[in-house]
Amino acid sequence: MTAISVSSPRAIAWPAIIKEAALTAFVALLLTVPLVGLRTVDRPTGLGLETRWNEVVAAVGLVFLGRIGICLIREGQGVLVLVLAAAAAAAGFFIKMPTEALRIILIVGGAIIAIRAAMAVRTGRSKLSQAERDKRMDRIAAKVQDASRWLGPIGVVLALAFPLTPLADRQLLDIGILLLTYVMLGWGLNIVVGLAGLLDLGYVAFYAVGAYSYALLAHYFGLSFWLCLPLAGLLAAFSGVLLGFPVLRLRGDYFAIVTLGFGEIIRIILVNWYQFTGGPNGISGIPRPSFFGIADFTRTPAEGTMAFHEMFGLEFSALHRIIFLYYLILVLALVVNFFTLRVRKLPLGRAWEALREDDIACASLGINRTNMKLAAFAIAAMFGGFAGSFFATRQGFISPESFTFIESAIILAIVVLGGMGSQIGVVVATLLVIGLPEAFRELADYRMLAFGMGMVLIMLWRPRGLLAHRDPTILLYGRKGKGAGGPAAGTAAAGGEGIAGGRAK
Amino acid sequence: MDYFLQQLINGLSLGAIYGLIAIGYTMVYGIIGMINFAHGEIYMIGAFVALITFLALGSLGITWVPLALLVMLAASMLFTAVYGWTVERIAYRPLRSSPRLAPLISAIGMSIFLQNYVQILQGARSKPLQPILTGNLTMMDGAVSVSYVRLATIVITVALMYGFTQLITRTELGRAQRACEQDKTMAGLLGVNVDRIISLTFVMGAALAAVAGMMVLLIYGVIDFYIGFLAGVKAFTAAVLGGIGSLPGAMLGGVVIGLIEAFWSGYMGSEWKDVATFTILVLVLIFRPTGLLGRPEIEKV
Amino acid sequence: MTDLSMTPTVKNDTPLLTVEHLTMRFGGLVAVNDVSFTARNSEITAIIGPNGAGKTTLFNCITGFYSPTVGRMTLRHPDGKEFLLERMPGYRISQQASVARTFQNIRLFGGMSVLENLMVAQHNKLIKASGFSIAGLLGLPSYTNVERESVELAKYWLDRVRLLEFADWEAGNLPYGAQRRLEIARAMCTEPVMLCLDEPAAGLNPRESADLAEILTFIRDDHKTGVLLIEHDMSVVMTISDHVVVLDYGRKISDGDPHFVKNDPAVIRAYLGEEEGEELPPEIAADLPEVAKRAEEGA
Ligand SMILES: Nc1ncnc2c1ncn2[C@@H]1O[C@H](COP(=O)(O)OP(=O)(O)O)[C@@H](O)[C@H]1O
Ligand SMILES: [Mg+2]
Repeated sequence: MTAISVSSPRAIAWPAIIKEAALTAFVALLLTVPLVGLRTVDRPTGLGLETRWNEVVAAVGLVFLGRIGICLIREGQGVLVLVLAAAAAAAGFFIKMPTEALRIILIVGGAIIAIRAAMAVRTGRSKLSQAERDKRMDRIAAKVQDASRWLGPIGVVLALAFPLTPLADRQLLDIGILLLTYVMLGWGLNIVVGLAGLLDLGYVAFYAVGAYSYALLAHYFGLSFWLCLPLAGLLAAFSGVLLGFPVLRLRGDYFAIVTLGFGEIIRIILVNWYQFTGGPNGISGIPRPSFFGIADFTRTPAEGTMAFHEMFGLEFSALHRIIFLYYLILVLALVVNFFTLRVRKLPLGRAWEALREDDIACASLGINRTNMKLAAFAIAAMFGGFAGSFFATRQGFISPESFTFIESAIILAIVVLGGMGSQIGVVVATLLVIGLPEAFRELADYRMLAFGMGMVLIMLWRPRGLLAHRDPTILLYGRKGKGAGGPAAGTAAAGGEGIAGGRAK
Repeated sequence: MDYFLQQLINGLSLGAIYGLIAIGYTMVYGIIGMINFAHGEIYMIGAFVALITFLALGSLGITWVPLALLVMLAASMLFTAVYGWTVERIAYRPLRSSPRLAPLISAIGMSIFLQNYVQILQGARSKPLQPILTGNLTMMDGAVSVSYVRLATIVITVALMYGFTQLITRTELGRAQRACEQDKTMAGLLGVNVDRIISLTFVMGAALAAVAGMMVLLIYGVIDFYIGFLAGVKAFTAAVLGGIGSLPGAMLGGVVIGLIEAFWSGYMGSEWKDVATFTILVLVLIFRPTGLLGRPEIEKV
Repeated sequence: MTDLSMTPTVKNDTPLLTVEHLTMRFGGLVAVNDVSFTARNSEITAIIGPNGAGKTTLFNCITGFYSPTVGRMTLRHPDGKEFLLERMPGYRISQQASVARTFQNIRLFGGMSVLENLMVAQHNKLIKASGFSIAGLLGLPSYTNVERESVELAKYWLDRVRLLEFADWEAGNLPYGAQRRLEIARAMCTEPVMLCLDEPAAGLNPRESADLAEILTFIRDDHKTGVLLIEHDMSVVMTISDHVVVLDYGRKISDGDPHFVKNDPAVIRAYLGEEEGEELPPEIAADLPEVAKRAEEGA
């Protein structure tokens, strides 16, 4: 690939560019005419149609201009495109547009093209090859991984200190709990997907098993949260083994679909077996957790129990329970994290990663593939179960609504976007996937739309995930030893490609 | 007996719909080895385009049913095919040589995107449509009556299948398509434009799914933005059941799933019918992962 | 070293591996057809034959990746323990019968480091020591000691295949020849009684091939391991193997020491093609002289 320098003067092939852009615009026209231009609306007389040709024209026009912009970047006009695209994005941001959709297209489209132009300007090239991009991102990921050595503990301390600061109001604490729940689920699923390389599309099933275990055990037998938490984990792990045993032999994508099927089966059972599970209405009045069974978080505790605020001589505050829940999920999540960090350095974790790399080679080394995968499945399920029963006790109410496929997809997206196998990646991805939409609540309608598009874009941009970088679990020469240059920056010789090809199959 | 026949026809027409969608899964899997998770959404878009076309025709004053149906069919196949093409071009083609999970994740993202795209544009409420094709064919002195819609579904599907089989087995295009399925690199070396063939595979799959979408609209008279997910999973089940990669297998799988679902709902009630389908999927994958018509595959070492 | 094998020296009497009437069919194709042979301890048994002769398929049967259509494969350890390989699931053949292998197209754990590859090879020993991870999670000395020993074994083999300084490299980033050697080291880390190598010299330059030959003789002589070697490079085969089995179209066509096999007419035919048109279809053979005469006249 020859580098086209930005400054090299060259005639721009306008006819070709216009033709290309016109073709793209034509496709956009075909895409938008039926669904964007014609809207079905409910009328008293039945369904009717409304037309929105202005949006079609705008969308097609923007696509046309955008395509010209991309062509110009290729022709070495990066700076010009950068300015124009940035201006377009800014215009979308500040100027009132006839419709919300238009505004978003303008901002997002402008931003994407501006970023591409900026990258082209910086490297003096219109496009990085996949390998180069990968190498760059890998270097960043390696730095982040290095930094996480001290960032991690700092983060934990900050997370621990947060509820004690005056900042911590009800709303922020709730968001914190939500984020931590997803971080925990992400870390749990990371064991199966990131380490063992099994694409599980039904993780939410174990979350549901955990939640319903606690809810039902509390409802029918009056068991306390602290007894149910381990039980829920065990039940989830057990169901993991039960589901995993027959399907773990399956090839990657078959496995994915079967886990999706299992997830749906569990949800349908929850919906249909209403005598037992409450059906679509779910279960309400799930008991809140006590302070380790010693004290309650109520103002006036029942006969024979103590109140938390009295025990510690505090003023009663409804926030106490929230703070307690916050710490509870923080600890649970950290348990998962520490488990993963440690197990990676043990034969079990190494076998998982080896299975992900090449499971035929594993069999040739005498590794019992089924047992190893089953262990990954069961352990991840157990953590999912813990998270589930936490969810039940926090909400006080659960229903099958909370355990749809989309939930599995979100957790999976967190793992994959973060970079499979990367613990810090899960945290970053949770902030992106859960945190950002929480921050932009007014755009709630577009939340899932952006989520889907984001998944596609990040895969295109970096198929291995944002912070995918793997540090060896054992080093012969220490971190700055003589081999240190090798792992990350080793010469990717023919063999490197061979392996990459092998992985892609 | 009449009830039985009724269910049989219901099952066959439902199976025809699943089969049409399943072909898209099977062809894409055959040629690039990925599960096109967004295919269910393509089918849903097909249904919407058909609905919109019908409404547009109505507002133009064209109400002659045969013409309306033909235009609906053509429009939904055309526009949906463009969606199929675009999805491949944007979300899958750049990932041809990436780790295996990447295109699948991208497909899931695409599926979520399309679902919400339609929801935002067309509204979340389900869209009821008054029956277009009414009337029943009564047989055996009125003991059995079969609605024309269902009959039409079966007839059109059979006709489409016939044409499609001819296309794949007889034409230059079909030969190139099969060649790419066998070995993309080699086909490329021999002068087949592999990218174009893959695009065409998506286009054909999307067009057939659009037909299925239109059928569902005609038979059930109500659609919403969410119908793609379940139908997609079931059609995929059909493709796997028939043996993924095999076109007759996809159709057979679709019919089997359709029949099971119809009889299950007919005799056991409809609550558990989805569990029945998923259970079949799981059982087939465990006990006969190659499906009914698929060739056995030995782990190549 | 070359001529030692001229006389069929019997190093020990009971064979390590006995393959009897092994047949493997894929649908209509008979990839391995009624093959029987033996391989001995502390010997290199080479399996040669043209491409598609069924050599890799034979390996896949022995190492449990395929279950043969017909046949028996008995492995007898030096201590007398016997294993019927065709009855064992794949991973047990390595775990219990101690058979290790490499692959024709290298199968390393490309994203893991060189050292990690060798640690994974010692999985069974380590996972037991880690108390199925419980002791390991707690960091008990019972595990850390075994882990330290494992690292030592890995270092020993890395040194042997001259990869010690690359221990922390990502395996997929090694040059091709180094990857081949690493795969052998990984197999040896399972401490096998029999090592099966599928075309280990493929793609190596002459220097690397000579290195490889040296490693293999070391494994045979110093570790008393039986080696089963599929190889195309005749210079390697003829210099180091003690015993050669020749396959063609799935059948065994020759079996003996390298010298014998080299001069076996059946082998020469298989490699150089049929000598003359001895198997011409009768209708062609019948009028062949006539046609030849006409052709001559025409010329
Ligand atoms: N899994 C399989 N399925 C079908 N045929 C196979 C399979 N494995 C090998 N074969 C066939 O068996 C024959 C022998 O192959 P192989 O053992 O790889 O030969 P070699 O290693 O001697 O070159 C070939 O014709 C090959 O196509
Ligand atoms: Mg071979």
